Amino acid sequence: MNTAINNTMSEIAKETYQTVGKPLLDSPKMSIKNTNVFYGAKQAIFDVNLDVGHNQVISMIGPSGCGKSTFLRCLNRMNDTIDICRVDGQLMLDDLNIYDKKVDVVELRARVGMVFQKPNPFPKSIYENVAYGARIHGLTDNKVELDELVEKSLQRCGLWKEVKDRLDEPATGLSGGQQQRLCIARAIAVNPEVILMDEPCSALDPIATATVEELIHELSENFTICIVTHSMQQAARVSQRTAYFHLGKLIEVNDTSTVFTNPEHKLTEEYITGRIG
Amino acid sequence: MSKSVRVGGHISRQFDEELDEIRSRVLKMGGLVEVQLDKVLDALRDGESSPIIDIEKVDDEINDLEMQIDEECTQILARRHPAAGDLRLIIATTKSVRDLERIGDEAQRVADMVRHAMDRDASKKAFKGLLSLTEHVKEFLHETLNTYARMKTRNAVKIMRRDQEIDSEYSRVVRRLIEFMKKDPENIADGLDVMWAARSLERIGDHCINICENVIYLVEGQDIRHQNVDEVKEQLS
Repeated sequence: MNTAINNTMSEIAKETYQTVGKPLLDSPKMSIKNTNVFYGAKQAIFDVNLDVGHNQVISMIGPSGCGKSTFLRCLNRMNDTIDICRVDGQLMLDDLNIYDKKVDVVELRARVGMVFQKPNPFPKSIYENVAYGARIHGLTDNKVELDELVEKSLQRCGLWKEVKDRLDEPATGLSGGQQQRLCIARAIAVNPEVILMDEPCSALDPIATATVEELIHELSENFTICIVTHSMQQAARVSQRTAYFHLGKLIEVNDTSTVFTNPEHKLTEEYITGRIG
Repeated sequence: MSKSVRVGGHISRQFDEELDEIRSRVLKMGGLVEVQLDKVLDALRDGESSPIIDIEKVDDEINDLEMQIDEECTQILARRHPAAGDLRLIIATTKSVRDLERIGDEAQRVADMVRHAMDRDASKKAFKGLLSLTEHVKEFLHETLNTYARMKTRNAVKIMRRDQEIDSEYSRVVRRLIEFMKKDPENIADGLDVMWAARSLERIGDHCINICENVIYLVEGQDIRHQNVDEVKEQLS
């Protein structure tokens, strides 16, 4: 990118702005206020205000480098693992301030689980992948209870029938789509309240993608889901609300139907119609 | 009424070209519908039916264009997954094309009725008022096509307001025809032909209104159907 464009982009990045649409909700599950994220001296997220509703799916879309994944990772403090990353602002999960020093990050991540772009099963059996979280979080050590939990989690992810006869086999032997659903089963086994998904289908074929999308729809009855996706069609299919990020700013949040038929902000319109990317 | 729709500027230039192609075909279709009404006007001015003899050929072209545009819109929906303004353009276009095709059918019907009456040597009194109504409807259609081409909400609202003028003129023509037919039962056949023609012209006005509503949906993203013009203006302001 040449210097002139760089300068223009940094000017855009510095100007003050207001998120258009409906970023705030009554009694949200998560409430993010005046949040900024820095990598060293570079600011990646600018003054984001956003509520996430109970048992709702919210999609975060935007061009590469817009900060949507960075923002997602703030929601269960995954950014803590990056030394130069600094987050300021108020990020609440119900009444819990996520960045309060007293917060146990392991417990937080049990409440706010995460599914990554690439399926990342542990190099253990299918059974152990699901049971592992419950064990380390002290949910249960009882074999019968663990069996029930593993079966229930795999059933909720539509994987039980496919794997029930090979629970002791390595999870890495499953197909990509099955592995991703196993990772989702692993995430829900610890009974989280929120599930963060960072491009969960980008490594999957269309059939596996459709299966995971159907799963997201079913899980949204019991869980709050935040999904980062590069596929606008996926955002349109799976989410009730859509948030559009651009150069670290939250430009627009609206009902998904509004965003994809009549967005309020010109930048949102340009992105979803393929004029910027 | 400050929004505007941008048709070009996609990263995919091919997509820009596809949308341009659809728009130019719609305008071509509109041009053919205007040709149909021009032929009717020529016949009414000359007092003889020869200008409308080959009007079916124009209607065939209109029908072909309708199918081509529908196919192109289907391809874009399937392959491009349009969103926002692009999606509204496709939806507004498929609806407008249907209206244009029906305008073509109505113009054909007007031509048939006029030819039918003329071939029977109908009294000139029967046609009184029909020329003026046709001229107004033709102008109305022309303005509507301009509004689609320029995507101007303000113009669309202006045209919608003028629909009452067409309706009033149609009512005057009908009242005159009733008087004409009352005077002598021999006039009834001629009077009914002209009445059907006038009715079709009034329907063309209604289809123009539909196209204007589609333009407003396309530009503003608002569905303003089944509202009166003042409500529409207030909603858009």
